[in-house]
Amino acid sequence: MRITCPHCGARDAQEFSYLGAADLQRPEGMAASEAAMADYVYQRDNPAGVHRELWYHGAGCHAWLVVTRDTRSHAITAVEVAKARKAGAAA
Amino acid sequence: MSTQPFRLASGGLIDRGQQLDFSFDGASYRGYAGDTLASALLANGVRLVGRSFKYHRPRGILSAGPEEPNALVELRSGARREPNTRATVVELFGGLTAASQNRWPSLAFDLLSINGLVSPALVAGFYYKTFMWPASFWEKLYEPLIRRAAGLGRAAGTEDPDHYEKAFAFCDLLVIGGGPAGLSAALAAGRSGARVILCDEDFRLGGRLLAEKREIGGKPASEWLAATLAELASLPEVRIMPRTTVFGLYDHGIYGAVERVADHLPQPPAHLPRQRGWRIQAKRAILAAGALERPIVFAGNDRPGVMLAGAVRSYVNRHGVLPGRETVLFTAGDDGWRTARDIAAAGGKVAAIVDSRPADPARKALADKLGARLFAGGAVMGARGGRQLNGVTIRDASGAVSELSCDLLAVSNGWNPTLHLTSHQNGKPAWDDGLQCFVPGTVPAGLAVAGSAAGRLTLAQALEDGARLGSEAAVETGFATKLAEPVPATDPETNGLSPVWRVSGGRGKAFVDYQNDVTDKDVELAAREGFRPVEHLKRYTTLGMATDQGKTSNLSGLAIMAEQTGRTIPQTGTTTFRPPYTPVAIGALAGHHRGKDFRPIRLAPTHDWSKEQGAVFVEAGQWLRAQYYPRPGEADWLTTVNREVKAVRAGVGLCDVSTLGKIDIQGADAAEFLERVYINGWKALPIGKARYGLMLREDGFVMDDGTTSRLGETHFLMTTTTANAGKVMQHLEFCHQVLWPELDIRMVSVSEQWAQVAIAGPKARETLRGVVDAEYDLSNEAFPYLAARPVTVGGGIPARLFRISFSGELAYELAVPADYGDAMMRALMQAGAPLGITPYGTEALGVMRIEKGHVAGNELNGQTTARDLGLGRMVSSKKDFIGRLMAGRQALVEQDRPAFVGFKPVEPGQRLRAGAHFIGIGKPAAMEHDEGYMTSVAYSPHLDHWMGLGLIRGGAARIGERVRAYDPVRNGDIVVEICSPVFVDPEGARLHG
Repeated sequence: MRITCPHCGARDAQEFSYLGAADLQRPEGMAASEAAMADYVYQRDNPAGVHRELWYHGAGCHAWLVVTRDTRSHAITAVEVAKARKAGAAA
Repeated sequence: MSTQPFRLASGGLIDRGQQLDFSFDGASYRGYAGDTLASALLANGVRLVGRSFKYHRPRGILSAGPEEPNALVELRSGARREPNTRATVVELFGGLTAASQNRWPSLAFDLLSINGLVSPALVAGFYYKTFMWPASFWEKLYEPLIRRAAGLGRAAGTEDPDHYEKAFAFCDLLVIGGGPAGLSAALAAGRSGARVILCDEDFRLGGRLLAEKREIGGKPASEWLAATLAELASLPEVRIMPRTTVFGLYDHGIYGAVERVADHLPQPPAHLPRQRGWRIQAKRAILAAGALERPIVFAGNDRPGVMLAGAVRSYVNRHGVLPGRETVLFTAGDDGWRTARDIAAAGGKVAAIVDSRPADPARKALADKLGARLFAGGAVMGARGGRQLNGVTIRDASGAVSELSCDLLAVSNGWNPTLHLTSHQNGKPAWDDGLQCFVPGTVPAGLAVAGSAAGRLTLAQALEDGARLGSEAAVETGFATKLAEPVPATDPETNGLSPVWRVSGGRGKAFVDYQNDVTDKDVELAAREGFRPVEHLKRYTTLGMATDQGKTSNLSGLAIMAEQTGRTIPQTGTTTFRPPYTPVAIGALAGHHRGKDFRPIRLAPTHDWSKEQGAVFVEAGQWLRAQYYPRPGEADWLTTVNREVKAVRAGVGLCDVSTLGKIDIQGADAAEFLERVYINGWKALPIGKARYGLMLREDGFVMDDGTTSRLGETHFLMTTTTANAGKVMQHLEFCHQVLWPELDIRMVSVSEQWAQVAIAGPKARETLRGVVDAEYDLSNEAFPYLAARPVTVGGGIPARLFRISFSGELAYELAVPADYGDAMMRALMQAGAPLGITPYGTEALGVMRIEKGHVAGNELNGQTTARDLGLGRMVSSKKDFIGRLMAGRQALVEQDRPAFVGFKPVEPGQRLRAGAHFIGIGKPAAMEHDEGYMTSVAYSPHLDHWMGLGLIRGGAARIGERVRAYDPVRNGDIVVEICSPVFVDPEGARLHG
């Protein structure tokens, strides 16, 4: 596979490591429930089709990326920098 | 030396001026440059080249290409011996030695050919039915027996003396195949300036043009070929790679290829690899791999001397070899006739032509012209002969049977497009009823198929496809093509075909899959027994499973199954092709990554110094670390380690700790960030102080530990364990970028920027005094335990000094820029010399940390919580952090979870073993009595007995109790006493001295 890193350009997938689903929200703070945290840690969908997932460009710029990939064909339709997603939420 | 009795007097693309001597099964022969091993053997009249897999039937050469199922040989000898090499693709070189396979004691007289007589026992499903019972017989009796009788060549069994490379290439267009379609594609794209790579598995470019007598543009095709190759060579962006097989198509336009750099030489020249594994990234690719001819299934169709008609043509035209004196042609279409024509043109004799199609006046006229008897509407029912074909049985259109002698039977049954790569990405081939073959169905993005590979079998179509697809690829990748050159005309050709899948009625075995000895009867049996889907057929009969992956057999098998089940071929199924197209040596995939080069080795900045000191090194993560420093006269490693430990505890020692991970974290929110990733508090840590930190995974188990120092209000330096440095960096980046991008921090790994050395022992301060510049006060008051501050050493060299201790002694870690690491080590040794300074390695480090009850990698094993390790008191209850909620899960806080304590042998002389499990005294050694396990052990020179750390149910509450330490792997079963994990200086007096 090839992943087009927004910083580094198209690179071989060997430069990246895979983590998993990209859109999980960590239950933050002291008020978070154990049940919600258990879901966050363990519950995953296993879609046959479009999947938004996290990849880490460890052999490149160290950016965490959100890659939109079709699990059936490996076709990649979008790559975004994960950090940019919450940029508007900066304190 | 023989005289090559089957070599034609002239012709062929061989260099008759360059004679090459070679040997096969110990006999010497001679061939020419330009020969393959197969063509040279045929020129010398060698017909019998191997024995079959199961029945040990004599086998000869069937094909002239990569599809060869029979002529598999062991090439070369000794450590370079390579089994299952196809003689049809081995380029002849002087001194080549080859041997036949799967015969005993000799090829001509094979005792195991008796398998052919007991063959009813060896039909499809034989293994499954016969060797099921009793199960215990399988490993000891059946399998070794079968392995000796069946099988292919032998591996060398010794280390491969050659080396292999991995290489990477990028191009606009990859052309797979250097025949007429591929060459015209490369030319069309290359002329536009596009970066083109053309790979061909053969050592000579031209594909079928080399095997045929054809015309292009009114001239012999060889002239077009020469002109095209010359023009391609002149184009700077075109790279031609002969001897290179593109074996696989992977995601996103990545192609795997293997280049046989030195397979055509006796051994690789100095500094050149034997083979190169290529990973080619292509924006576009054109598959122009041609087609493979199909045999016909009839009795005795495996006799040496039965060959594919196209292969015969190839030997005649390309190699100047006529493989028989008297030829019979059995053809189902027009293509076979070209073989008869070329044999006659070369002066050979065509005794008869058996054409399965009805009589036709034009064909009759041609047969008369060739001087051959014509059996229109006939069939070859059987071929006879033992080690060599001596005749055929022919049934004519009326059903009358006659015998005819011959020594060569050329068989032609149409061609299958070489579409393998189109199906590597799950593409399904489609059946073309007109052509009676599978053609590419769904083709992956970026790939186009040209010429015969697309089922467009004529030379004119090949040239036309290549030119059109080549210029399209150039345009699509941003190159303007010049006005399309007109495609040159070719001589006319016809491709009428009416395939014959099998001829019944003959006597003896009719083979579908030569390499796996699968007959038509096996396919019938599979149909009768219900193994009808194509995947079941394959697994039940092993059809298509061998090294040739059914290149000549899959379609015949499907066709017979279709006939048996009353379905059409496409209803019966298709074959899914997977990489690799042809076998690839593991070496070519591994490249240089083998032995000590399997993965990179990292060396500490003090490595050379340690080597000078005679250190023994150990791998830790990717690093080589000094394990211990033996001195002359020391009997064993334990003596050395004991000396090192004593020297530290009594005086001073030093040890490289550069390999620990170091992460520099800066920013207004740096302290907040540490609060969230560590279980303990960081905001109150004063500037100039270090603190021990423990971090969890989100599931509540311990991830890593280390000390982190506050170098400034917004500046921290974190250390990690050696093994987890990369993982922790990735985790922190995740926490920042994915979880909390709003935090104002930046981090970078500085592991390799700093050389760091631990100086430990009561005389550590005195030693340091000789290195750290005088203006820095190192007294206990000015630089107390856990102080962490910048200093300078050696007259102004910037350094960092940390008063931290793993050994429990007065200890420091001194860090300098990595390039000063060696100088630092030497300066410390000099400063400590009068004090008896002693270098120590990771073993002594380990002993001292066990004496102090510090946890390390053995305890941070991914299954322990902070509480399990006795570090529960560190957990802050005032803040959220990674792993907080999950660590609080009921099962992780239960009282009887195994918890961290020390162990000592009741008999002081007894040795402890890490990995031993604890069982109550008097209880049987069974899982239900398992109470925990020993994680770390060492011999303590301080205590003069072995000591251990481990996890046991109930933990510290059971101190003083005795349990069995049971270690069945090493026959260990001793009684140990549970004790405090701190064996030395429990008050910590030494630390603060």
